[in-house]
Amino acid sequence: MNLTLHVWRQKNAAAKGGMTRYEAKDVSPDMSFLEMLDVVNEGLIAKGEEPIAFEHDCREGICGSCGFMINGVAHGPQRGTTVCQLHMRHYRDGDVLFLEPWRATAFPVIKDLVVDRRPFDRIIAAGGYISASTGSARDGNTILVPKQAADKAMDAAACIGCGACVAACPNAAAALFTGAKITHLNILPQGAPERYSRARSMVGQMNAEGFGQCTNIGLCEAVCPKEIKLEVINKMNRDYLVGVLA
Amino acid sequence: MSSLAVPAPIDRVFRFYQTTVGKKAIMAVTGVVLFAFILGHLAGNLQVFEGQAKFDNYAIFLRSLPAALWSARIVLLVCVTLHIVTTVQLALLGKSARAVSYVKKDNAAASYASRTMYWSGPIVGAFIVYHLAQFTFLLTGPVMEGHPYDNVVLSFQQWPISVFYIIAMVLLGMHLSHGVWSMFQSLGITSPTRSPFIKSAARLIAIVITLGFLSIPIAVLAGFVTTSGAR
Ligand code: HEM
Ligand code: FES
Repeated sequence: MNLTLHVWRQKNAAAKGGMTRYEAKDVSPDMSFLEMLDVVNEGLIAKGEEPIAFEHDCREGICGSCGFMINGVAHGPQRGTTVCQLHMRHYRDGDVLFLEPWRATAFPVIKDLVVDRRPFDRIIAAGGYISASTGSARDGNTILVPKQAADKAMDAAACIGCGACVAACPNAAAALFTGAKITHLNILPQGAPERYSRARSMVGQMNAEGFGQCTNIGLCEAVCPKEIKLEVINKMNRDYLVGVLA
Repeated sequence: MSSLAVPAPIDRVFRFYQTTVGKKAIMAVTGVVLFAFILGHLAGNLQVFEGQAKFDNYAIFLRSLPAALWSARIVLLVCVTLHIVTTVQLALLGKSARAVSYVKKDNAAASYASRTMYWSGPIVGAFIVYHLAQFTFLLTGPVMEGHPYDNVVLSFQQWPISVFYIIAMVLLGMHLSHGVWSMFQSLGITSPTRSPFIKSAARLIAIVITLGFLSIPIAVLAGFVTTSGAR
């Protein structure tokens, strides 16, 4: 199949970017989206042009490196799927695709489709850990974890920090990400003692990074490749409010 | 984290208000108060169907309790003010957080009502000002001191007034269909099992409230509710 791509090209953080049109010829339906871009890039390199920069690492949907907007949807149209795991069989000959980087003031564009997501690292550094000396590994089952808590913590821990939630949100809020990280630890017996200070510090850092407000509209949940649920935001709000007011 | 100093109470209030989560909690709590008022107001208004005497007596009764009336007004005024101030501050924050917009953006996964809160809210706010000017301060429309029932009927007999009122009430319904669910989420009291129920209940109650308010101008326009001839 043949596709038309409109891709955001921007030389560096300081440069002014713009959309450039490319034709992707003879795309196989078995290719992943990133493989399709690899082929487009080979063509660009052969012509002596600068290839399209995009982030990727594992290409199996687990690392959280990849991600950009395809026709206004983070990671493209396939629910619960990173762009590296999106396959070209979901597209048809003649489709026109707009590829844009995540847009958030907190995530400045570094180049083309690559943005700086270090604000997420700083949110984690503000409280996404347990401050207990761990010593040597404990014997199994010395800390009992209720099955329900383990399941919920595991669901929240599935977050790969890709940033799609921020990209999809009309206010560029990082509530789904921060909520997932807070929930993941606060729900477990090991993390519970520090849950209020953790919620306070991580929410504080989330705001300090310049992310917007959550309006509970759920676009983040809709695009999350790990299908993290809005309830993690609820948990963040509860632990923050109880911690501050109680 | 454990090395964080515990902030002083006043500092805490300040920090609380500075965060998005804190502001949203204020929006939610003030929203609940406004929502409770809306329910009470609807119940009062529906007495229009019980005739002029009943409706006017209700108005006289409210005015016979100046302390309660003024307390309620002050609470409502404080809530509306806080609701609007936090809205404006958060809206500006949201704009600056997405300073560069997308060439293409697909928001279809979110409900229409949820995406238009920053429109429905301010229009409802403008309506409230007009509504007070008409029925409370008697500054506009075919209204007269001491005749609340006839004021309502004569006003709604003028179709432009009814149409504006109907539009505002539909927008209020949309505002509440997202807002009532949203406030549970903002206050951290949803759960995966409760959420679907809360969402449906919020929609249902928003529809009931809207239909309740709409019934009055429609009944007047249809000639079902008529003036008493008392004025
Ligand atoms: C009768 C009047 C009103 C009622 C009952 C009401 C109720 C509510 C409720 C319950 C919420 C949910 C709060 C939350 O998400 O936690 C809300 C949100 C909101 N309200 Fe109102 N509201 C009213 C008037 C207004 C007015 C006059 C404005 C205009 C500025 C406004 C603007 C908003 C906005 C923009 C939101 C969404 C905020 C967000 O999600 O961050 N509302 N409202
Ligand atoms: S490249 Fe690792 S998740 Fe896509």
